[in-house]
Amino acid sequence: MCDINHLVECLVQSGVNRDLANLLTTLGGVVLIATVPLVTVIFLIWIERKVAARVQDRLGPNRVGPFGLLQTVADALKMLTKEDITPNGADKFIYNLAPIIAFASVVLIWAVVPFTPLHIGADLSIGILYFVAVASIGTVKIMVAGWSSNNKYALLGAFRTIAQLLSYEVPLVLSLLVPVLIGGTLSMQEIVRQQGGMWYLFMAPIAAVMFFIANLAETGRAPFDLLEAESEIIAGYNIEYSGFKWGMFMAGEFMHAFTACLLTAVIFLGGWWGPGVEQIPALGFIYLGLKTGLVYLFALVLRATVPRVRIDQLMTLNWKWLVPISVGNVLVTALLIQIVKALGLTPQDGDLISAIPQTVVLFLGNVFVALIVLQQIRNQGREARLADESTALAVVHGHDEMEHAPTAAVGD
Amino acid sequence: MALLNEWAFIGVFFSIAWVFPFLPILGARLLAPSKPNSVKQSTYECGVETVGDTWVQFKVQYYIYGLIFLVFDVEIVLLFPWALAYNQLDFFGFFAGLLFIFFLFDALIYAWRKDALEWV
Amino acid sequence: MLEFNASTVAFIVFALFSLGGALGVVTTRNLVHATLYLILSLFGAAGFFVLLSAPFIAVVQVLVYIGAIAILIVFAVMLTRSMTRLRDLYNSQWALSGVVAAALFVLLMVGVILPVWGQNGSQAGKPISDAVLNTVDLGKALVDQNQYVLPFEVASLLLTAAMIGAIVIARDDRE
Repeated sequence: MCDINHLVECLVQSGVNRDLANLLTTLGGVVLIATVPLVTVIFLIWIERKVAARVQDRLGPNRVGPFGLLQTVADALKMLTKEDITPNGADKFIYNLAPIIAFASVVLIWAVVPFTPLHIGADLSIGILYFVAVASIGTVKIMVAGWSSNNKYALLGAFRTIAQLLSYEVPLVLSLLVPVLIGGTLSMQEIVRQQGGMWYLFMAPIAAVMFFIANLAETGRAPFDLLEAESEIIAGYNIEYSGFKWGMFMAGEFMHAFTACLLTAVIFLGGWWGPGVEQIPALGFIYLGLKTGLVYLFALVLRATVPRVRIDQLMTLNWKWLVPISVGNVLVTALLIQIVKALGLTPQDGDLISAIPQTVVLFLGNVFVALIVLQQIRNQGREARLADESTALAVVHGHDEMEHAPTAAVGD
Repeated sequence: MALLNEWAFIGVFFSIAWVFPFLPILGARLLAPSKPNSVKQSTYECGVETVGDTWVQFKVQYYIYGLIFLVFDVEIVLLFPWALAYNQLDFFGFFAGLLFIFFLFDALIYAWRKDALEWV
Repeated sequence: MLEFNASTVAFIVFALFSLGGALGVVTTRNLVHATLYLILSLFGAAGFFVLLSAPFIAVVQVLVYIGAIAILIVFAVMLTRSMTRLRDLYNSQWALSGVVAAALFVLLMVGVILPVWGQNGSQAGKPISDAVLNTVDLGKALVDQNQYVLPFEVASLLLTAAMIGAIVIARDDRE
């Protein structure tokens, strides 16, 4: 029978050599999976502009095509026809390499994303680490772009960007330890399967929040979009890129943001799980799309509303708050899992009822950590407020003394 | 060899992922005009001409952040097998992991107190 | 002997990456290019780990070496002023060092190939230890009292010492 799930058998039966059939189906799968993010980017940019526009009480693109849907296509065509200016003294080969790495390093992640219970590019046994490794290649492209542009601003921007990306990779990977602790597997498809009983969002809310925040910082979205802040560092590391190469940096960034939301949905929101997905596997695609869309919408609204963070606030937030919280979260989760196991309450595969005790215990543990963090924030806020007030008082006292002092001198 | 089959997919993906971005660049090369002149190709410097080599004063702080990140990276990577096998470990496994994390958390606190984490 | 299948092709490709990258590192004049060649070489090494059925180590290689150490190398390179135009470094003892390097090369080749030469060739495909076959086993072995828990903790101490030492050295000029 010749349907998409049994393509190899179908080809072999029609007389094609088995190895060749394998290669052809692999190629077909690769092209299919690599095209999905490309097509999605077109809608992503449109949605982004529309949401930002509506939040700012204006209309957004609505001329080109119905509701402005073809605006991105028009933009892409425009960029194709713009002149490609290579600056003086730029290192030709690696100058051209950077946009390609920008693109490739994001598309590569899609190879391990489980779309439905039956369809996944490659179900690697170490899927999560693969994602982290590919994401860490992204820093190479920034260094290459910043260096090869032969421009001080590009270099400065590249350094800052790399510092930010490196710093926020720590809470990213730390927060990924928690689903691995709970699920006991690194394979993406397995992690989704294990969430049949209860989503990891309820078992590890702090880890989900950390993952989301760290991803926002890794992809350079607001409030961490210091990397491309026009008012501060002009365009950062891609200041000397024009035409379609610049377009590829931008497209890569949008794709990266979407991929990050996709992975949040896969790891914490239950991936392709939904009512009826075991009978009709294709439904998993729709559920995953809906969940990703939800997370992405949240990120968009965040971008349109929250102000930008300063670079030193950025670093403080990461090293003094996010990293200790993530480490504490891992330890608390590990301890609670052992306790649950000692009590014999570990959930069976995919069963909602048996997952509830562990969920409740872990959720309470997370609440406990969150309360400690909130207490710390309140304390620090109070200290800062008191320090401000005492400075103000000191200034006022100084004024009072200055008023009284001349009178005393004259009186003497 | 199911393992290698999965990685073969990744290998093919790798090769194609580099080819995909090439096509638009080739398209741009065909479609876009190309009239270079010395002003267009000069380095961008907020309206003035660049003076001297492209070299910025390199702050040591960048290197320190990279170093701390490296140590934490290696630590987390060593923790992944621990987390993977966690469901089959007992309390001793928890304490081993606790000790491991505790040492590195100590180092973070040292860095904190020595102001190595400040963006000066 | 050497059958022509996908494994062999992959092996040759990765070998080209590793050796070509290493060659590029030592011959190029531009330090930043040298770092990029190094990254290529490390990719080749990661590929070899995959071929040896150790995907965890392969991913760790990419994550730590390429994602962290290569970036740090670039940072260190930036401290050098004339990194794009290295002057001609003339080493007057290059003949002697060449002989030593060649001798070392021969020694390493013999040491690596001899255990799996000829009749011992069947040993080549077997894993080194039967106790640790995949990543989960590795995790259990790392905290097993009879296996590797002590090196595990000592590694953590080592990392702590490295971090403290690096901070002390890097911030010395501030005090």
